[in-house]
Amino acid sequence: MHDLQPLTALGGTTAQIDSFAHITIAENDGLALASVAARLGHEAACHKTLKKLLGAVPAPGKAVLHDPEAGFWMGPDQWMIGAPRETHELLADTLDALFGKTASVTEQTGAWVCFDVTGLAMPDLCERVCALPIRKMAAGDAQRTMIHQLGCFVIRRESADHIRILGPRASAGSLHHTLITAAHAVA
Amino acid sequence: MTQMNRLAGGQIDRNKTCKFTFDGKAYTGHQGDTLASALLANGVRLMGRSFKYHRPRGVLTAGSEEPNALVELRAGARQEPNTRATTAELYDGLFAKSQNRLGSLKFDLLAINDRFSNFLTAGFYYKTFMWPAAFWEKLYEPIIRNAAGLGSLSLEDDPDVYDKGFLHCDLLIIGAGPAGLMAALTAGRAGTDVILADEDFAVGGRLNSETLTIGDQSGAAWAAQAMTELRSLPNVRIMPRTTVIGAFDHGIYGAVERVSDHMHTPDAGKPRQILWRLYAKQTILAAGAIERPIAFENNDRPGIMLASALRTYANRFAVTADKRVAIFTNNDDGHRTAADLHAKGVKISAVVDVRPDAPRSMDYEVLQGEVVDTKGRLGLTFAEVKQADGNMRTLECGALGMSGGWNPNVHMTCHQRGRPVWNADIAAFVPGADLPAGMVVAGAANGDLSTAGALRGGAAAAKQALGLKGRLPTMPETEDKPINLKPFWYVEGCSRAWLDQQNDVTVKDVKLSHQEGFRSVEHLKRYTTLGMATDQGKTSNMGGLAIMAELAGKTIPEVGTTIFRPPYTPTAIGVLGGRHRGQEFHPKRLTPSHRWATEQGAIFVEVGNWLRAQWFPRKGETTWRESVDREVLATRNSVGVCDVTTLGKVDVQGTDAAAFLNKIYCNGFALLAVGKTRYGLMLREDGIAMDDGTAARLAEDHFVVTTTTANALPVYRHMEFVRQCLYPDMDVQLISTTEAWAQYAVAGPNSRNLLSKIVDQDISNDAFPFMACANITICGGLRARLFRISFSGELAYEIAVPTAYGDALMRKIMDAGAEFDVTPYGTEALGVMRIEKGHAAGNELNGTTTALNLGMGRMVSKKKDSIGSTLSEREGLNGDGQLYQVGIKPVDANDPVPAGAHLMNADGPIDAAHDQGYVTSACFSPNLGHAIAIGFLKDGANRMGETMQLVSPLTRVHVDVEITSAHFIDPEGERLRA
Repeated sequence: MHDLQPLTALGGTTAQIDSFAHITIAENDGLALASVAARLGHEAACHKTLKKLLGAVPAPGKAVLHDPEAGFWMGPDQWMIGAPRETHELLADTLDALFGKTASVTEQTGAWVCFDVTGLAMPDLCERVCALPIRKMAAGDAQRTMIHQLGCFVIRRESADHIRILGPRASAGSLHHTLITAAHAVA
Repeated sequence: MTQMNRLAGGQIDRNKTCKFTFDGKAYTGHQGDTLASALLANGVRLMGRSFKYHRPRGVLTAGSEEPNALVELRAGARQEPNTRATTAELYDGLFAKSQNRLGSLKFDLLAINDRFSNFLTAGFYYKTFMWPAAFWEKLYEPIIRNAAGLGSLSLEDDPDVYDKGFLHCDLLIIGAGPAGLMAALTAGRAGTDVILADEDFAVGGRLNSETLTIGDQSGAAWAAQAMTELRSLPNVRIMPRTTVIGAFDHGIYGAVERVSDHMHTPDAGKPRQILWRLYAKQTILAAGAIERPIAFENNDRPGIMLASALRTYANRFAVTADKRVAIFTNNDDGHRTAADLHAKGVKISAVVDVRPDAPRSMDYEVLQGEVVDTKGRLGLTFAEVKQADGNMRTLECGALGMSGGWNPNVHMTCHQRGRPVWNADIAAFVPGADLPAGMVVAGAANGDLSTAGALRGGAAAAKQALGLKGRLPTMPETEDKPINLKPFWYVEGCSRAWLDQQNDVTVKDVKLSHQEGFRSVEHLKRYTTLGMATDQGKTSNMGGLAIMAELAGKTIPEVGTTIFRPPYTPTAIGVLGGRHRGQEFHPKRLTPSHRWATEQGAIFVEVGNWLRAQWFPRKGETTWRESVDREVLATRNSVGVCDVTTLGKVDVQGTDAAAFLNKIYCNGFALLAVGKTRYGLMLREDGIAMDDGTAARLAEDHFVVTTTTANALPVYRHMEFVRQCLYPDMDVQLISTTEAWAQYAVAGPNSRNLLSKIVDQDISNDAFPFMACANITICGGLRARLFRISFSGELAYEIAVPTAYGDALMRKIMDAGAEFDVTPYGTEALGVMRIEKGHAAGNELNGTTTALNLGMGRMVSKKKDSIGSTLSEREGLNGDGQLYQVGIKPVDANDPVPAGAHLMNADGPIDAAHDQGYVTSACFSPNLGHAIAIGFLKDGANRMGETMQLVSPLTRVHVDVEITSAHFIDPEGERLRA
């Protein structure tokens, strides 16, 4: 075992949680991520494996909130798969073995920062930071959007007051600042 | 001071008194007042000075269309110029100053301009100040600039924050007057997602200004009742204090919500204003109408205002501008003002009506005639009336209401280049057929000027917008009278009769403009500045058009209107910027070692959004050169480490991955062995070099491509374009992994010794030779990638780990390298070492250079087709005299070699026609002890050893230089293969 201490995207050794009157912004450092893109001519086989893994193939604009693995659509025949990092540190290797030559798998764990935004004021916050029709999004909706000029994914989770935001990790601080200032504004 | 002009009734909260100051004098008003209504209540009619002539001015209106009563609101850094007193909500502690004056408001020294009005007519800018020419810059312009403008800026940073936001709805209703409220009730009851926006803080529109009834209650009470119901509907969002400022493409509207303008200071963390982007499937424009004035001599004295404004002040704010009021009208609406004021105990001097069939009154005198002049230096005292029978009358009055008819607020219907059409019944432009997609217009904005018409129109518009069938619901009974207007724009014979009170444009100016040949309405606007002020001519444009039509012998619709453009009302730059200001202007990208580098005291440089360590100063170093020289020497003598995470990384997979790289790189990749890395050059379609980098083959069907930091995004975009559009039949998948991996360059003769302490595998020269790559593990098991590539020209590696471990890896490298005096180096040292090695970078890949120019002409493979290879063979890019990358060093080692300097022949003339080339990158080489540079020289490959002149007129450098190979260090490449 190596002795290297990982840092969260915000630079801490533990995930940061910020609580306001009606909103909580929690850095989620526990996600392992890997992208899956179907190989040309192997789309059906790839879909079959995806369905077996997640229970369904995530459609455009949708996520499949399966436990422990979940996935959302990123582009034509391209998905992001997520799972608890604690149990799936080597998720990309696992998926690579699972999909074989039917898909290209790329580790994405280190590329993203993840924030779970929860609370009654979540829709108000969302309206201050991105153009998504948050009040019409249903559980499992996954949309690509811009937040503070950063390309992000926003996923409506099962609870109506919970969204998960995936943004570029190198800009975690800027994204966090945007969410915090918006939380102050709507709290 | 008592509120001497306060009347009974109104919708103000008399239990809440607000203290405020205007020009340093203390007053009181009530919650629910505007600054304008509170000043009028205190007997203050004089509120500002006009733009050009500095004439005394008071309020003209009671709304956002106000041209005159502009003030500097708030103090210190929060001071806001040109704020309309008519929309500024009164709050306790409000601080306001008049503006655009030299001296006090009553004794403005610049009022002397009014004495010279004959010289300051329309277009005087273009005719005067022509001679002597030298005076313009030093005398005329400073004086004019000093005198021009309205309010002043505090020149301090705005301490408040502004937000941007995004809302979606099925139906956006703009305006919450009778039409908007009825539309909202209709749509809200049907379950539609509605946003109802109104610029006022009190919803109800004109219903708050009138005494009319709807059913068995007052209009204001009906509006309040409607609001109560709407608030109970979860599908209706009510947005008071929100001005919709523009209609944009695809049902998108811009709106500014004034969240905290009515407060002394915004609550902590709360924005002052929010710029909303509203996405609406359908829109109902119920923006009402604006009454228009009548032009007559001296019609701009404080106390002269729109009759509807007098009514608003009386009925809503319980204020009269004076105890004696006269009315000048061409329609029945003016009489309504007289009746309302009379009912509140105000003396009506007379109603002057241009129509012979004007309604009579038992309560006050009605004269048929025209107001031809007024008196009163700082406020109206008398109005001169020429009666229809020719007799003159002088009316004693401190306020005069003008009622010239109503202009529907068609602005938003025209923001998509729609044009309004003329409605002769009300002598006004109404919305045309070419509305923005999804828009329906209702109420006064559509030309329905009665309350009943507005209610009907609102309900009908909602049904139309939502596609609801069936008859309209039964409407409550209310007034439904036409205004019986006789078009009347200005009094014959007047000259200094103001049309545009904000920009001081008179009837005489419009006539002069026409006389001087400005016949297009757009030319009239530019020449006279009619309608170009912050109010955008809401109360003036129609008068100008009417006079222009008369002069040109045309009808008003033949003259047409100018173009309506957003924003509808003045919008602060702050709210357009939102949170994107200062440090938050754009997001930052931090490298994995940023925290560690900060601890070391690194100096950072912005590279796009990235913050990269530029150098690491040490104690005792007084200049950046000392630090950089040390970092370079330490790296070349032992080992250095640099964060290169910012280089773009693209994961390329698929059975056609190698074939794909063969297309995007001009050199070959198909035969690259697994476990090997190769330098690659990408060309644009036109044969110009786009970017360079490396591609490492981790498996038969898996490559990792690196790009320069600056081109990470453009290259990825280019690769996706090639994949999706040019070669969709290739089995290749791309995804960026730039941020997924923390990557460090470890360079120098001790780099292998250092990494051997960390890497779990054998990395000897035999096991891991130059240009090798592999998936490895480090520190006993962490997955990592290792590339033996070198930008510095030294024995070097780039090692990558998942980003979360980047900080730990940097600390581990520093610990393991302590015995070798490992030295972190920044982008400056990186740059020095790549120039010493002669590696091209962004300065050389500058969008004009080819592979040939870069000395890599032979890399463009003739054995395969690749993007740009064919066009790189164009005649103009080849042949004799092409630029060629060379090294440049000074003949005298003490001389500088600045970047940007140009090369001239040793004995030739120094001018652009004899330019031989230029320096692209330059630095001081601590290894060589003098300045060095790389650049491009005509036929450079054949001019090695030649002495030339290097000139930089801009920096006054003129030195002799020698042309050399660009490879100053280790030209044989022995170090990097060691």
